[in-house]
Amino acid sequence: MRKDLSRTTAIVGVAESDDIGLTPNKSALMLHAEAGYNALADAGLSIKDVDGLFTAGLSTLATAEYMGINPRYTDSTTVGGSSFVIHIAHAIAAINAGFCEVALVTHGEVGRSARARQGPDPRLPGPQFETPYGMIGAPINYALACTRYMHEYGEDRTRQALAEIAVSTRKWAQLNPKAMMRDPMSFDDYHNSRWIAWPFHLLDCCLVTDAGGAYVITTAARARDLPKKPVYVLGAAEFHDHALMSQMQDLTVHPAKDAGNRAFEMAGIKRDDVDLNMIYDSFTYTVLMSLESLGYCGPGEGPDLFKDQRTAPGGDWPVNTSGGGLSYTHPGMYGMFLVLEAVRQLRGECGERNVNPKIALCNGSGGSLSSSGVAILAVD
Amino acid sequence: MTQQAKPPIPAPTPQPEWDYYWEKTKQHELWLMRCKDCNQAYFYPRPICPSCFSRNTEWFQSSGKGTVYTFAIVHRAPTTAFTAPYVVAYIELEDGVRLPTNLIDVEPDPEHVKIGMACEVVYEDISDTISLPKFRPT
Repeated sequence: MRKDLSRTTAIVGVAESDDIGLTPNKSALMLHAEAGYNALADAGLSIKDVDGLFTAGLSTLATAEYMGINPRYTDSTTVGGSSFVIHIAHAIAAINAGFCEVALVTHGEVGRSARARQGPDPRLPGPQFETPYGMIGAPINYALACTRYMHEYGEDRTRQALAEIAVSTRKWAQLNPKAMMRDPMSFDDYHNSRWIAWPFHLLDCCLVTDAGGAYVITTAARARDLPKKPVYVLGAAEFHDHALMSQMQDLTVHPAKDAGNRAFEMAGIKRDDVDLNMIYDSFTYTVLMSLESLGYCGPGEGPDLFKDQRTAPGGDWPVNTSGGGLSYTHPGMYGMFLVLEAVRQLRGECGERNVNPKIALCNGSGGSLSSSGVAILAVD
Repeated sequence: MTQQAKPPIPAPTPQPEWDYYWEKTKQHELWLMRCKDCNQAYFYPRPICPSCFSRNTEWFQSSGKGTVYTFAIVHRAPTTAFTAPYVVAYIELEDGVRLPTNLIDVEPDPEHVKIGMACEVVYEDISDTISLPKFRPT
């Protein structure tokens, strides 16, 4: 991608749906709409300003109709929970090419309260070659990857890192009034929680919630005329590898390795310049291998990144300050909520959990460690 | 407790290029595909080589022997068709491909299941048309 596109766009509005957590009286589309309207209000814009519409999971045909938008640019790229971070890169391209100026990206899922659930498409390879063996759902598939990491790099030190991640993420959630899980979690609580799919305890696994989220992205020039402090996009990139976990060649390397390198190159910054990492935490293991693959350490050195709660409140290397998918919210495709927290942190809107970053990185992860979207955001 | 009828395991509905694979497993044989141009074996079967895009590919019979590449022990069954605990695993076959499957005839306990463990294919007939290749330690 072109380095001269760095800082040409900015995120100017972010919001959740009116409620998150448990919303049995709302459809997924309604959560999209609430979040979308709320993000536009945060940006000081109206629905009439929107000319680019992005979402994942559903088609933008559905969200556009429900919200009353007629977009000139439409993008329903769906590659799992990373999609909403990937949309940042797509929006940069579309805005700079003149296809749209104000892009609205919406998300909404009722992971907890859905009245109808869609199974996997029986035509695809997964239902042929994985499903009959009970390889169904993320915990089982991700557990297969984590076991291999433990084998290659040491079970005990990996386990300690997973515990550090679960505990530190909960500490952040305790500082976030919107987080679903705010009770204290000790290391013993982690180790004593029941097995879901060994090597994963319950407390290695993300929540299943209802939630919507949205953000607005536009040109840097227009952003400077809007009420909130512009959050500039320094770099953004995407990558995907396999669809099925059993097709992943190296179960210890996240596709964030490739996307991250290109996002950092576009941003023109070093790893050390990042003040806050927002890393998709479908599982504790996802955080460990994502940060390693993003180049913050060498292969197998990931566990050292989490020693002695240094990613927790008061630590020197904050990660997932919202409380993450593990303790704040995870409706299914959580990537949207990485962006919301990064923007609010950069603006200084996070109250007692604010770590006053100048540069934040989001890594969205999608599918079965299949896809990555990396975005590097900054304020002046 | 009265016995509840268990729903069937979700059997695959083969797509055209997978008919041959499932016909052979029904006969309790494991057949895979390889490329005659780049000599790569691969899984799952498809007539175009995913490494070099050649259509010069062929079926061959696997030895059915391999080692455990990775595994997990499921303690919370994803649907009522499955009974936890059970072992899911990727088996690295001698033929050079990795196959997702279940490891059976072993205690579902990380003290007993090990990466690198040698294993061989066995078959479980789950319906009149589908037999699933599974693996057991040797």
